[in-house]
This record gives sequence, C-alpha cells and structure tokens, in this order.
Amino acid sequence: MPAFAYEAPATVADAVDLLRRHGADAKVLAGGQSLVPLLNYHLADPRVVVDINDLPLTSVSAVDGRLHLGALVRHHQLGESSEIAARCPVLREAVALIGNVRVRSLGTLGGSLAHADPAAELPMITLALDGRFTLTSASGARTVGAREFFTGPLTTVMRPDELLTEIDVAAPPATGWAIEEIARRAGDFAIVAVTALVSLDAGGRVSQARLAFGGVAPTPVRALAAEDALAGHEPTAERLAGAATLARDALSPQSDAFVSGAYRRHLAGVLTRRALTRAVARART
Amino acid sequence: MKLLINGRTREVEAPAADQTLLGVLRDTLGIFDVKEGCGEGVCGACTVLLDGRPISSCLFLAAAVRGRAIVTVKGLEREGGLHPLQEAFVRHGAVQCGFCTPGMLLTALAFLETNPRPDRDEIRHALEGNLCRCTGYAKIVDAIEAYARNGDDRG
Repeated sequence: MPAFAYEAPATVADAVDLLRRHGADAKVLAGGQSLVPLLNYHLADPRVVVDINDLPLTSVSAVDGRLHLGALVRHHQLGESSEIAARCPVLREAVALIGNVRVRSLGTLGGSLAHADPAAELPMITLALDGRFTLTSASGARTVGAREFFTGPLTTVMRPDELLTEIDVAAPPATGWAIEEIARRAGDFAIVAVTALVSLDAGGRVSQARLAFGGVAPTPVRALAAEDALAGHEPTAERLAGAATLARDALSPQSDAFVSGAYRRHLAGVLTRRALTRAVARART
Repeated sequence: MKLLINGRTREVEAPAADQTLLGVLRDTLGIFDVKEGCGEGVCGACTVLLDGRPISSCLFLAAAVRGRAIVTVKGLEREGGLHPLQEAFVRHGAVQCGFCTPGMLLTALAFLETNPRPDRDEIRHALEGNLCRCTGYAKIVDAIEAYARNGDDRG
C-alpha cells in the first residue's frame, strides 16, 4: 500500500478542519469497504486518510415524518434497528442485498452514498425516498437533495473539504415497498436494481408511487413518468405493467463486458413490474 | 499498541498507517491461521471476528482497531481441542485444502449466534461471501447443519 498519514479526529469540527487543510489530498475513511481495496491495489493515493469512525454520527431519529440517520450508521444496523424497521422497512430489505456479511459489519450509509456507485442499493433507495444529504465543512453546512447529489459514476456534488454527516429520508406511513435486483453472483453490484414504493388511499387507489433504478445510468435515476402514470389510479396488473413499460422506455442503459444495454433495459421493465406488484401487495396488508 | 486477540492482550509496535489488520496478524504476530486470499474483501479467507462480527481483516486498517476484541480461528479452541463445529467439519469432510476453512468457521459461528436453527438455504446465504474452490460447498453446509441440529446435546 502507498504511504499516507492517518488521522482519527474525535469531533466533526476537527474532521472538517483536516479536510479544509488537505483538500483533495485527503480521503475520508468510514467503513473502508470501498476505500481500503482501492488502497490495497494502489488505485487511490491519498496523502492523508481521515478516519471518521470516532465521530458521533451514529444516531437514528424520526422527526416530522422523516427518518434522520447519522452518516456512520452501518449496514447491519440498518437491518437490525427496530426504529428503521418500523419507519422505513425498505432499508432493511436493501441490507441483505449489499455486499457480503463482512461488508455489512463495517460499511456505512454515508460511505456508500459518498462513494456513489451507480449500481449500489443505498444511493438508489435514498433517491426513491427523497433523501436529503447534510454536507458539513469548516465554513458551515448545506443540505442537498438526492436528485442533485449524484452527478456521475462515483461522483457527487461534494467538495473535497466537505463531509457527509447526516442523511434524512421520507418515512411515509402505510407504504408498500419492494426491491428487485439481478446480479451475476451473490454480493455483486446489480446489473439492474429497482426500488418501488407505493402508498394507497382509503379507496385502494395509488396516492403516491416512487420508482428508482440502479445500474442503468451513470447515477441512480427516478422514473417520474411512470410514477405519475400510477398516481390516482387503481393498481391493476395492467396499470402496473403499463407503468413498468413507461419506466423501461425512458431508460437507455449502457452495455458492458457482461450484458448489453438492450438486456439491461428489458430487465428493468421486468423487474419494475415485479417490484410494483410486490409493493402493492404489501401496501394492501 | 495493544491488541486483544483470542482473549490475550498482545503488544505490538504502532503499525504503519497503511498496514492492514491482516498484515499485523500475519507479518508482525505470525498468526497464520488468518489467510490472505483476494485482498479486496471478496473471498472471506481473511475473516476475523471484531467484537463478534465477521470482518475482512484485509480491509481494516490496523491503526483503527481501538482496543476491540479480535477472534481468529485459533480462538475457537476448547480446552486444547477442536470446537464442536470444527469437529463437525472433520466428520463431514468439509475440509479439503483448508484455505477457506477458518473464514467458513468464523462466519458460520457468528451467523449461528443470531440464527441458531437455520435451514440449508439460510446457511447457504450466510456463507455467500466465503469462497471455497474445493468442496463445492455441500459438505460445508452439511457440517454446519449437523452442528446446529445437534445444538441441544452438544453440552
């Protein structure tokens, strides 16, 4: 591994001061499940690694219908917290799809979002949940919505002197949810992943639908036209299939060494229909 | 720096910033029951338990241990003998070259802590991050299943 200085600040103020001083020469270490492989293979060459694991960024709290999560909440905690299970069960469903058990022991919510892999589960889900990201720097804090946060593969709006400190997501009551994804092997990043969230009104019509994809574009993406096509309608099988087709037709995914863009697009349609069907069934229970 | 490994405190010189826990265990302390496979957290050969949870020691900077308890497969020893899960692995032929075995054992035991009566499918899911290139996994699943099933009369 390359040589670098190791800093483990105890406060957010100290951490962002280090980032202010070292800028792009510094890398933030949270769970390390993406950064340390890059260090092991000499693909990242920071002068300073700022280990943020001592920072008090582990809280989980519900405020005004939104769930606030510290950036250092680990994947296994997303799966085990009763507060999260009660308010945002889709996060729990996501956890089983992330990496392997060792990644889930250490990996953090903030780390996954800041790393911004376009096929990762948590960026997709925070986009579906209208997530807001609190970015803290020595000059203050700002909040960025998930739709603005991701700008490209492994790229976000964060400046080198900013630290992602908190994420808050919509925690709508009585919402059905489902995640569908296909990966080549267990624990691999998804070829295509989709998150569906569906709320029904008292008459059984869709009051709100949310659809977000991973793996089909340089960033996670929402399927807004398909969401609009569902709102106000009864979620019949035909309606769900129509929305899935709309969502699919709005995508133009890339090809890679393993699958073609056309296959990804087809898969997106099939998985969307399955996810909506499952989400509606859950919303009815 | 102090490291708590298998219930014993070991004193080591402060590791270099870029040294992984795997590097300190093997190269500094000579604890060779921890294996290095892929170096990127995929194969599971370097699995250790950190405060009871499985981690890839190749993806953990040694400087970040902060006094937490580390368990390697050596720590499973019971009164100088094998742990009952190790005995089950031997009985069921779940060990061939042995390279993946420490990671398999530690991962399985951490899983069984919270899922003491898993079915085969749950065992397979629990091991999906641990690669074995010899056994085809069936005998490993057999061993874990038998161990879990016999839990009541293991003593």
